[in-house]
Amino acid sequence: MKISHTKMWKLLVLAAVVGVAATLLSAAGTAAEKQSVTLVWWHNVTQGPGVKLYKDIASEFQKKNPDITLKVVPLQNEQFRTKIPIALQSNDPPDVFQSWGGGGLVDQQKAGKVTDLTKYVAPWIKTIGGSAAGWQVNGKQYAVPYSVGVVGFWFNKQLFKQAGVSAAPKTWPQFLAVVSKLKNAGITPLSVGGKDTWTEAFYWDYLAVKLCSKSVMQQSAVTYSFKDPCWVKAGKYLQQLLDLEPFQDGFLATPAQQTPTSAAGLMANAKVAMELQGHWDPGTMAALTPDQKVPGFLGWFPFPNVPGSKAVPGSLLGGGDGYACSSQAPQPACSQLLAYINSPSVQRRIGSTGFGLPVRRGTQSSVKDPNLGTVLKFRTTSPFIQLYLDQAYSAAIGQALNTAIGKQFAGKATPAQVVAEIAKAAKKK
Amino acid sequence: MTTLDGTTAGRASARPAVVRLRRKWLEIGLFLAPAIALYVIFLIVPVVQAVRYSLYAWNGLEELTDFVGLGNYREAFGDPDFRQAMQHNGILVVLSLVFQLPLALGVALLLNRRLPGRSVLRLIFFMPYVLSEAITAVVFLQILQPDGLADEFLRRIGLGGLVQLWLADLQLVFFTLFVVITWKYIGFAIILFLAGLQGIPRELHEAAAMDGASSWRSLQYVTLPLLGPTIRIWAFLAIIGSIQLFDIVWIMTLGGPAGASSTMATYMVDQGVNSYRIGYATSVAVILFGICFVVSILYQLLVLRRDVIGGTAKMVG
Repeated sequence: MKISHTKMWKLLVLAAVVGVAATLLSAAGTAAEKQSVTLVWWHNVTQGPGVKLYKDIASEFQKKNPDITLKVVPLQNEQFRTKIPIALQSNDPPDVFQSWGGGGLVDQQKAGKVTDLTKYVAPWIKTIGGSAAGWQVNGKQYAVPYSVGVVGFWFNKQLFKQAGVSAAPKTWPQFLAVVSKLKNAGITPLSVGGKDTWTEAFYWDYLAVKLCSKSVMQQSAVTYSFKDPCWVKAGKYLQQLLDLEPFQDGFLATPAQQTPTSAAGLMANAKVAMELQGHWDPGTMAALTPDQKVPGFLGWFPFPNVPGSKAVPGSLLGGGDGYACSSQAPQPACSQLLAYINSPSVQRRIGSTGFGLPVRRGTQSSVKDPNLGTVLKFRTTSPFIQLYLDQAYSAAIGQALNTAIGKQFAGKATPAQVVAEIAKAAKKK
Repeated sequence: MTTLDGTTAGRASARPAVVRLRRKWLEIGLFLAPAIALYVIFLIVPVVQAVRYSLYAWNGLEELTDFVGLGNYREAFGDPDFRQAMQHNGILVVLSLVFQLPLALGVALLLNRRLPGRSVLRLIFFMPYVLSEAITAVVFLQILQPDGLADEFLRRIGLGGLVQLWLADLQLVFFTLFVVITWKYIGFAIILFLAGLQGIPRELHEAAAMDGASSWRSLQYVTLPLLGPTIRIWAFLAIIGSIQLFDIVWIMTLGGPAGASSTMATYMVDQGVNSYRIGYATSVAVILFGICFVVSILYQLLVLRRDVIGGTAKMVG
């Protein structure tokens, strides 16, 4: 059929009219909605004990603040990497979103995408003490953590006993001796997820924390200078461990924590004696065992100190979860949500559900799990907690660091080359 | 009533030819406009944008202010990791042509005969192609893990000595991936070749047989030349696919360990998504685009041209 010109013309006019009408209608719609404030909240809690907790938090906050419409958008953790920068550039960024602090937050602050929260959180920020520092830029608060933990060795008490190891190693030489002892007993000492290089980077990061002085560590995230000999030394100490071949077969291709044969899965199913991981590991392990429970054989000890180094003994590597408000977020509504998450009631539940390690003073007794209790004890008494280096540094440098360390694990880079690659990445724009 | 171009019906009859021509172009324009608009908005504009981004050092958050000219391109070509990735793509092109072509051709010739259970066999060979890349990668990840199905199978049939760290061995991982890729895509080649074989008239084989040609000679002088256009099209798709390879590698190894299985695309995503070096990653994307573009044009000019101009008859005669 051939449409005549007249008909086609009419169709075009009709289409135009419908289009204009639709625009007008939708504009009217937004005008009506603007009467109450809408808060869009992007978080990464999509599995585990946090899911119910987050639903409760949202509905309680909604009840307390009827003038605020809370729109909750849970996103799978890995999606945040790609979605956050794109969303922050758009005209419609989320108002509240997950922040790990450190270099990533600095990048967002430099681009003017996050709100300076200092004056909004002033009444209560002191309740979380030193934990707030990782979410500051130039002394100003740009995001607030709600759970902070530290990395350490999760170990299998039964396998330690079997190999005749009676006490957790306190120094690096003692640790290497334990590794050898386990190996001689026919037990794989350690699991690591070499496919996800950040798990390998924990070793190097931690040795740097245990070898470099506090000021060298802190300055490195500002000046990106890696000239101090302690950085190369970290790689050399790491090489001592690598030379013992302490890891599971094929560790270079093992994922960190997704399957029963991942590094966490091997630990959970008693195939290895130790794993260096964050405070979330028991939760991860529980999901990877046949009975979905945290293994009873699990114990925890902090990363051993290196004797004679410039580092303050007891310094730890850690990090946590927090929330930032985007620059367009309605205030004080956004800060009110952050304040509610920091309230004793919510903080206690973060601890009691095993979801995280609460940051608010006085709520820490809520953590019931004995291992997490130990982690928390070390976190609270530590003289210095260094944020995971890949997080503390700007993303490009952090990723280059993980990649370079992955090369050392694969036997493709020397300790000096690792430092050279990180320094090279720091020079790039 | 006025017509579309604004002239009245009366005047139209005075200059019918001009009006008809105008109407014709207006019609063409109206019908083409949506397609052209889509093409420009979703293809041309992004390509131009990408070229623009690739000239900046940009983390995807700040304004585009840090102009570095061709600095990103210099860095890419100077980076041993990127050169290694390019090399991998090159090796993959060669491996695909050298191994997949004879294999697919052999199977296609076999399946073209009157075999019992021919359709079932065809189905089996084609099935992997229907699976998505992600599913293929996850399945093989399970099969190839240490003490997984592959290792267990080798041990059961007494070949335990062949067990390897398929994905963790720096020397081996790339070839392991090549086997997975071949498993995944060989069905497509076979189906293409089968279709091509069915287009060859039976009479030609009969004539060759009457002239005393052995079946080998008949294959050499009748089947292969007539299958030429199909093979050349497949080779083109295989080359471009090898250059752009991403999904299976990313899911199985993330390009690791230590870059041992990287491709240009995995390198690009690592730089862009993991390192937030959007400007730099975009320059890698432009390089990838450029390589595909040049390869396509050259292939069209040097290889496919004869198929378009001469047709098959010329090649036989």
